[in-house]
Amino acid sequence: MSLVEIRDVHKSFQRDTQRIDVFSGITLDVEEGSFLALMGPSGSGKSTLLNLIAGLDKPTSGTVRVASAEVSAMKPGQLAPWRARHIGFVFQQFNLLPVLTAYQNVELPLLLTRLSKREREERVTLALGVVGLEDRVSHYPRQLSGGQEQRVSIARAIVADPTLILLDEPTGQLDGKSSQEVLTLLRRLNDEFRKTIVIVTHDAHAAERATSVLHLEKGNLIRATGVPSLRASGEPAATIAGAR
Amino acid sequence: MKFLPLVLANLGRHKRRTILTITSVALALFLFASLQTVVTTIAAGANFGSAHRLVSTHATGIVFPLPIAYANRFQAVPGVQGVTWANWFGGRYGDGKRFFATFAIDPKSYLEIYPEMVVPADQKEAFIRERTAALVGKHLMETFGWKIGQNVTLQGTIFPGDWTFTIRGVYVPTDPQIGDDVLMFHHDYMEERLNRPGIAGWYVLKIDSPDHAATIAKRIDEQFKNSSSPTKTGTEQAFNASFATMWGNVSLLMGTIGLAVVFAILLVTANAMMMGARERTREVAVLKTIGFGDRALFGIVMLEAGVIAITGAVIGLGGAKLLYKATHFSGGGFLPGFDVKPSTLVVGSVVAIGLMLASGLVPAVRAARLPVVTALRQVA
Repeated sequence: MSLVEIRDVHKSFQRDTQRIDVFSGITLDVEEGSFLALMGPSGSGKSTLLNLIAGLDKPTSGTVRVASAEVSAMKPGQLAPWRARHIGFVFQQFNLLPVLTAYQNVELPLLLTRLSKREREERVTLALGVVGLEDRVSHYPRQLSGGQEQRVSIARAIVADPTLILLDEPTGQLDGKSSQEVLTLLRRLNDEFRKTIVIVTHDAHAAERATSVLHLEKGNLIRATGVPSLRASGEPAATIAGAR
Repeated sequence: MKFLPLVLANLGRHKRRTILTITSVALALFLFASLQTVVTTIAAGANFGSAHRLVSTHATGIVFPLPIAYANRFQAVPGVQGVTWANWFGGRYGDGKRFFATFAIDPKSYLEIYPEMVVPADQKEAFIRERTAALVGKHLMETFGWKIGQNVTLQGTIFPGDWTFTIRGVYVPTDPQIGDDVLMFHHDYMEERLNRPGIAGWYVLKIDSPDHAATIAKRIDEQFKNSSSPTKTGTEQAFNASFATMWGNVSLLMGTIGLAVVFAILLVTANAMMMGARERTREVAVLKTIGFGDRALFGIVMLEAGVIAITGAVIGLGGAKLLYKATHFSGGGFLPGFDVKPSTLVVGSVVAIGLMLASGLVPAVRAARLPVVTALRQVA
């Protein structure tokens, strides 16, 4: 069953007088429980695709559906609560709030729920436990290493038990060891907790951990590995290869 | 309330800036409350005055004296039950920099006509009996740590020389408008030292009924109309109100300065709030990505402005209230009953809320309308 359905999506930007077409009719399905890596050179549209799925950006035309909800048709007022419920987002630059402790950073998405303080505490403790940082609850981001910051960021993304976890270059700022720790953690979230993950990456090692890989170039899906159904820009579905 | 730790953490991000902003707001509201209290105190002074007392001054102005011989002629007017007189002295104390109100009075008649000035019987008697005795307000005694029996030397400004008095009595006013920052001494003694017997600054007359006030005043003024020292007589309240009228433009000026100060601080606060919000563009975008809606972010920024404004208001308005109460400030006796009124606190609080809205609105709207993708791309 497809958790994410992208249908004939066009996306263009206007830069001064110039119109830049990012996508010209992209179609894609992401199965529930899958771990998809989006790869491609800079400017190929990876992050834009992630933003469209998260409802942070709107397609020029076409539809984006996530968990049966048509994200592309939602109004701004509907998108925020929908994102709070369904999306966990991890940034390349961690983007933790520097004035909050690890605990408080992870608790942020839960402030938007009706959970009691005690329930929030249980969830935050659990999330920090999953990422192996239960002993860093009162540390501020400046007191953590890059890898630890990113793990806190992942804890923040999973704490509200979202339908989908989206990661934009999560290992881009990390050294090799920290990258491996983060990727192992993502693998575990996918394997043990059955979380659907979409990761944008330049890192071939990161892509190796995914169950399927999509390559984008100039807004077109040119190659896929392990993707069961793919139709991009009018081209035939990409070959399925190297499926995990 | 769930967002309060986030709001407080944001305010703690630049502690010095937050403290300075709160201090600015507190100072502005302190000044506002102080200036407003000057205005309300002057207005209260204008309303003070017994309906049973008339004040008679020289028709040309209070700085022109009246003959002391008028006392008996006032007393003879039907309806007048008592007469007293006083003179402004104007002295300085200590190193010559300490100033407070000083009057030369006729002790016995003055205390009879002003029963609001409560003096223990033995002290009253001692004050009346001794020619160089002084009667001092309770707060003035406390201010300088004076004791009964102590000698106090004033340097005369209008009437030069060192003037030494022995404190024989302390009065406590039952009406705050009387004030207790005043030193009074014998009018006879002043006249004697100045070698100018027979001069009074103004007269206070006790009358039988407020209904007769106009008639008595008219009769007195007509009586001295063609003399070398014509009089102008009116109720004590009208006399005080005329002083308030003299302050009139000052009141307007103070009110205007108060508002100007608040407006200036508003610009400072708004600037600080906008600077803080601009610095956090990335964080606002991140919060939106997490799922914080426009309304929540608007509320968070407004709450930050509210915490600054309310903390500033509590410190500024509360500080003014407590400070003036604790120090018993009276502007050297010129502003008796100086106390921040509840109405001033209410207006100050409204000003603080206005400050919150005006300073928080722009950054709050900006945070709410921030396009996430653009913001993330700008700072990435």
